Amino acid sequence: MLLIRRSHRGVHPPENKNTRGIAIKRLDNFDIISIPLDMQIGPGSTPLVAKGDTVLVGQRIGEPMGGWSVPVHSSVSGIVESVKKEIMSDGDVIEYVTIINDHGYVVSPDVKPPQINNRDDFIAALRDSGLVGLGGAAFPTFVKQNPPPYKDIDLLIINAAECEPYITSDHRIMLDFPDEVIAGCMIAASWLSIKQVIIGVEDNKPDVKKPLEEAIRAYPRRESDTDIEIKIKVLPTLYPTGAEKVLVNKLTGRVVPMGGLPADVGVIVQNVTTIAFISAYMKTGMPLIRKVITLDGSAAAEPGNYDVPVGAHIEDVIEAAGGTRTKPGKIIMGGPMMGTAIDELSRPVLLQTNAILILSEEDAILPKEIACISCGECVRACPMILQPTSLDKAARRLDVDTLDKEYVLNCIECGCCSYVCPSKRYLVQNIVIGKGLVRDAQKRGEVD
Amino acid sequence: MLKVSASPHIRSLRTTRAIMLDVIIALVPAMIAAFLIFGPRSLAIIAVSVAAAVLTEFLSNLAMKRDQSIGDLTAVVTGLLLAYGLPASLPLWMVALGAAVAIGAAKMLFGGLGDNFANPAITGRVFLAVSFGSQMSNSVVLGRFAKAGLSSDLISQAAAVAVAADTDLVSQATPLAVARNMVEGDVPDYLTLFLGNHAGMIGEVSVLALLIGVLWLLLRGVIDLWIPLSMIIPTILLGWLAGGDPLMHLMSGGLIIGAFFMATDYVTSPITVKGKIIFGVGCGLLTFMMRMYSGMPEGVSYAILIMNILTPHINNWTKPITMGGEKHAS
Repeated sequence: MLLIRRSHRGVHPPENKNTRGIAIKRLDNFDIISIPLDMQIGPGSTPLVAKGDTVLVGQRIGEPMGGWSVPVHSSVSGIVESVKKEIMSDGDVIEYVTIINDHGYVVSPDVKPPQINNRDDFIAALRDSGLVGLGGAAFPTFVKQNPPPYKDIDLLIINAAECEPYITSDHRIMLDFPDEVIAGCMIAASWLSIKQVIIGVEDNKPDVKKPLEEAIRAYPRRESDTDIEIKIKVLPTLYPTGAEKVLVNKLTGRVVPMGGLPADVGVIVQNVTTIAFISAYMKTGMPLIRKVITLDGSAAAEPGNYDVPVGAHIEDVIEAAGGTRTKPGKIIMGGPMMGTAIDELSRPVLLQTNAILILSEEDAILPKEIACISCGECVRACPMILQPTSLDKAARRLDVDTLDKEYVLNCIECGCCSYVCPSKRYLVQNIVIGKGLVRDAQKRGEVD
Repeated sequence: MLKVSASPHIRSLRTTRAIMLDVIIALVPAMIAAFLIFGPRSLAIIAVSVAAAVLTEFLSNLAMKRDQSIGDLTAVVTGLLLAYGLPASLPLWMVALGAAVAIGAAKMLFGGLGDNFANPAITGRVFLAVSFGSQMSNSVVLGRFAKAGLSSDLISQAAAVAVAADTDLVSQATPLAVARNMVEGDVPDYLTLFLGNHAGMIGEVSVLALLIGVLWLLLRGVIDLWIPLSMIIPTILLGWLAGGDPLMHLMSGGLIIGAFFMATDYVTSPITVKGKIIFGVGCGLLTFMMRMYSGMPEGVSYAILIMNILTPHINNWTKPITMGGEKHAS
């Protein structure tokens, strides 16, 4: 509308979904695999193997440490070269297992379909599978699928928005494995006793509707899932539709309270690739050891979707996928809006990695920020109805009271504010620091 | 070496400089109108104002040992808006002084772009109005647009200080001054008011030229209509209720340029829609009151200036509640 600039509560960066038409290609030729023992939210695992041990595909190599932890599995067969700790790209010190691949891909005898007779078996199987949220957050799925009984869950939302630019791996999963997606919905919904499932898709993926609807019709329903209704809802393409709280709000109108989870409003949200994996695991028992990733970016020679073992080094993946066109300036794990820039090419592919973006040196140039002109673009773009400009300034002057009073902890770090800022200010970057300041103050008891 | 930085890794193409360029483009029609109505001297005023504004910012940055900021074009916009509020007869050194005060005092002394609490162009204009009252109120127009027999005592005084060299320019009362019976004369008809071929400030007179610019700003998404409409509606509605002619109120004086180009200045106006409405209505009420009850024929500049000062408070009163949050006791 010309006369009134609406708060669009989101942004629409160039979609760059260049790889949506390219079928998934499997890559296997990796000599060395490094598997971190902590890829999830919450404590990770302790090693079950030592230098010199032989490991097989699907073998458990990390034992969960805490109540929220999931086990870690080997993605190849071979010999353990080392188990050691190293500083990762995000600054965490993490223990990881390096395996020399024997290229035999011998599957462990432990890999067999789980026996599930009741809900507890289902939750245990989810944990054994090593599954975490594959949208990027890596929240353990068995925890999410096991909400406290006092939370009255009536809706399962499948997050197929895939709102980040470039990434098409979820899109490919829906096109290539629609039956797995629907079977996963049915399995999860029936064990959660949920009758309603909504698959939320952005309207830049209209071609998934038909195969998914066909899969719903073709699904052989058992007695336990006859009354489960699966709907596909198409939403306008607008980043960050796929942010959990935003998606719940757009699909249902329900508002997740600040500091709360979708379960507080009766919803469980699961990424579409996560849900498809549940179905595959129930059939084969093969834990989460491979990932489909989108490889793209201005310096990628052969953009596409690649099925790679978890732990493959990024440099090896790039080489196996055709190398680079120009000298890379920045490499991002994940999307350009929320992904992590990696510092070393030898970093491994993680469970939650859904893309590797190779940016040319030109595209890696950081913009110089100038003064805020209070244009309000960030305020109109913020999906959480925050005032990023105010939070940014408060964070820079270490003003914890203002940060807290203006709800900084409700920031989902989607980056819309920094994206739209005409003065190119580092808004979300400072706001994230502001969140840390408030959390520290909370620990010291200085703010509520 | 790989570059490592926090996300997001992409930025929109829109820049502050591009926004300012859009504002400059939007002000071009009014510049053409100024030339047609006031002759070449109007262009000299605009050139001096812009040059002095940019030079002041350049020198301020040098003095403060800051990165040069003239490339963001905000000083050019200030220079243009200041010039548009001046009469064509004003001595050029006064124009330069006004621009220096606008940028130097109102903007750079407060920390430069983004930190000024008052609109620099308006501050510069108010400075000139209180310092050089008679020269500033000597509204002129090219002889061919003047109507015979409009001179009054007030205008005669002002004519005494008119620039001798500009023989084409003759003093003439502004429509608002006539309407308020401050001087004798006829209020121009609506078409003249709309086209702007009457006495007044060089960039304010042509409603047509300004509205072409406004259309550009709206198309480019630089401004929206919250502030302009909430300022204009109370001004003309109250003017009408007080027995005035609403269309005359709308098209005369600085209401159009003030509402669309000055009150909408990002830095000195509120951010939220609610805040914009409060700000706009405040500007409108004050404009009406000054037009009605003050000793001056015009009040747009003062109205906006006063609301500029209230902007931080309006922003505080209108903080939004985040999604899923509760209102904090403040």
